[in-house]
Formats: sequence, C-alpha cells, structure tokens
Amino acid sequence: MTDEAQSRKPYWPNLAAGIGLGLVLLATYYVAGRGLGGSGAVARATAGALHQVMPGHIEEVSYFSRYFVDGQIKWSDWLIFQTIGVFLGGFFASLTAGRFGASVDKGPQISRKERFYHAMLGGGIMGLGARIAKGCTSGQGLSGGATLALGSWVFLLCLFIGGFVAAIFFRRLWR
Amino acid sequence: MNDIIAPLAKTGFIDPEINLAFAALIGFGFGFFLERAGFGSAKKLTDQWFGSDWSVFRVMFTGIVVAMLGILTLDEMGIMPFENLYLNQTFLAPQALGGILMGVGFVIGGYCPGTSFVGLASGKLDAIFYIFGLSLGVIVFAEVWDFIAPFLQIGAMGRVTLFGFFGTSPWVIAGIVVMIAIGGTKFANWFEAKQKG
Repeated sequence: MTDEAQSRKPYWPNLAAGIGLGLVLLATYYVAGRGLGGSGAVARATAGALHQVMPGHIEEVSYFSRYFVDGQIKWSDWLIFQTIGVFLGGFFASLTAGRFGASVDKGPQISRKERFYHAMLGGGIMGLGARIAKGCTSGQGLSGGATLALGSWVFLLCLFIGGFVAAIFFRRLWR
Repeated sequence: MNDIIAPLAKTGFIDPEINLAFAALIGFGFGFFLERAGFGSAKKLTDQWFGSDWSVFRVMFTGIVVAMLGILTLDEMGIMPFENLYLNQTFLAPQALGGILMGVGFVIGGYCPGTSFVGLASGKLDAIFYIFGLSLGVIVFAEVWDFIAPFLQIGAMGRVTLFGFFGTSPWVIAGIVVMIAIGGTKFANWFEAKQKG
C-alpha cells in the first residue's frame, strides 16, 4: 500500500452522510423556503457566458429571458451562491480526507479520451433532461422527494428505471 | 400567527443579502456531505447502476426521509407552514421523460449535475467535460424551447403533493416513504451481498 492510499480516509457510512444531507436540505427549507438545486446555476451561467459572446442572439432566445433583469444577467442568484458553496464544500472535504488530486474516473476498458467524450455526452443528455424536467437529481429528486411533490416522485421512479436499463447497454464504460 | 418564523427569508427574519450568504453556507454543507458519501467519484456513483454499490439509493433516501420528517414536524408545530414552501409543480410527461434522460445520462456521464461540482472540486478531470456537456445540453434545450413548449405542458397539474393527490394525511405518505427507504435498503444490502457471492 502506498503512502497516498494510507492517508486517504474512508468514505462515511451511508447513514451518516445521508443524515447530514437531509439536515442540510431541511435547513435550506427553513432558511430560504426552497430546496437544493444542482443544475439551475449551470443554466444561468451558460446564458450569462453566451451573452458576453453573442448578446444579440441570446436576448432573442426566449427561454433565457428569465435570467435577465434590465438586459443584464442576474448573477446574485440563490442557486449561483449555493453552487459556489457546493464546490468549496467539496474541495474542503476532499482535501481534508486526503482524496484531492488530479485524476480521471473511468472503467478499465476505455481510454481517457473515450471517457472525456462520454462525460460530455452524458452531461449533455442530463443538461437537456434537467431542463425538460425543471430540475435534476437535487431539485426534483432530493428536494421534490422530501416535499412529497407528485411529479417529483414520478421523476425519481423514471430516474432509477432509466439508470438501471441504461446500465445494461453501457456496461463497457464502467466494467 | 406569531409562531410562524420560517422560512426565514419569506417571513422577513433575514434580508435577501443574508439569504444569499446562507445559500453559500448551505451549498458548502451540501458539497461536504456529498464528498464524504463518496459522490465526488463517478466510479462510486455509477456502481449504483450495476447494482454493486447502492450508496446512491441509501444516501438519497436517508436524506429525503430526514428532511421530509423535519418539514412535516415543523409544519405540525406551526413554525414553518408547508403551504409557504416552494413545491415543484407537477408536469407528468416532462418529468417522466426528464427522469429517464437523467438516468441514461447518469450512466454515460458518470455524475449528476450536483455531484459533478464535487468531482471537479476533488480534481476529477472528467468532471470538467461533464459540466461542459451540461452547458451544451442547456443550449440545445433553450434553442428548441419554443418548439417543444407544448410538450412541456402535457400532464400539467400544478402544485400537487402525494398526500393531496391520494386525499390522505401527509403522515400516511411519510410512513410509506420510510417503508420504501427501509425496504429498499434491505433489498440493496441483500443484492450487494448476493453480487459479491
């Protein structure tokens, strides 16, 4: 065993991490009256970044109009701040657990290049899916699940069906 | 009426600027626990879909149960009325299709949007490509939004909860959710043990 592997702390038990996550979600409702979100900030940041490059076109895309106030992207948004927090929290946690370091997560049968391509493809499918569902695993799954929203439980069921079925066809990526 | 103190940002207990500061703090906690669960690793996350490690299910449902019981208790105590909380509206067709796409994208991409930021923060290079993909997905969606808008309304039911839909007490539904979490965990443990042989 290398020194690096020895300094790497084990993951927390599922129950401990889940309780922590649940309390954070409860605090979110207590403070802000809303749930957590994973993908909303990406959508807003994408609109903001594109607006720098092609303002004329982006202002014509009606879906993006929700992110603008007086012709400017509104950056002081709850999910933008929350997502910056997620990054910092993840950074702090990985650092203190001895897990921080440049690496690529992939299955043994594919190259790094193939992994990068599929990460982008999967990200694209999920970016699209999260907008269609009006929320992702955090916004629909966790938050909608905890508030017992009917449609969010439909989402959760379909998420697990989609994942298990897709695993049959994309086994080579990870095994 | 005076007992109602939460949500703090809606009852005026805290200013919008403080609410944003809390957003960062809450996000920090979210990212921290996701990382501690092991969800900064696409390998760990995707093990769920091959049945060898059900951590995603167990952590997710533990989180849902804890938050749900807290929300219902605070509502019962009159501290945080449920009606004042944001609730995802129900759009059956888009949520079903979106859910399936998210499941498929999860297997191919290795992360979900929230965990990809934890992956990035842990130094995972593949997470950068994933997040770039997320952005591309958003662009495609925004560009075709005008055309698919009618589909996005199929099965629109507004603000509806499971207990409202089935006309029962929230606590009955909560009991069922707890049973799903416990039953699912028992099944998951059995399945993992069986796979290991």
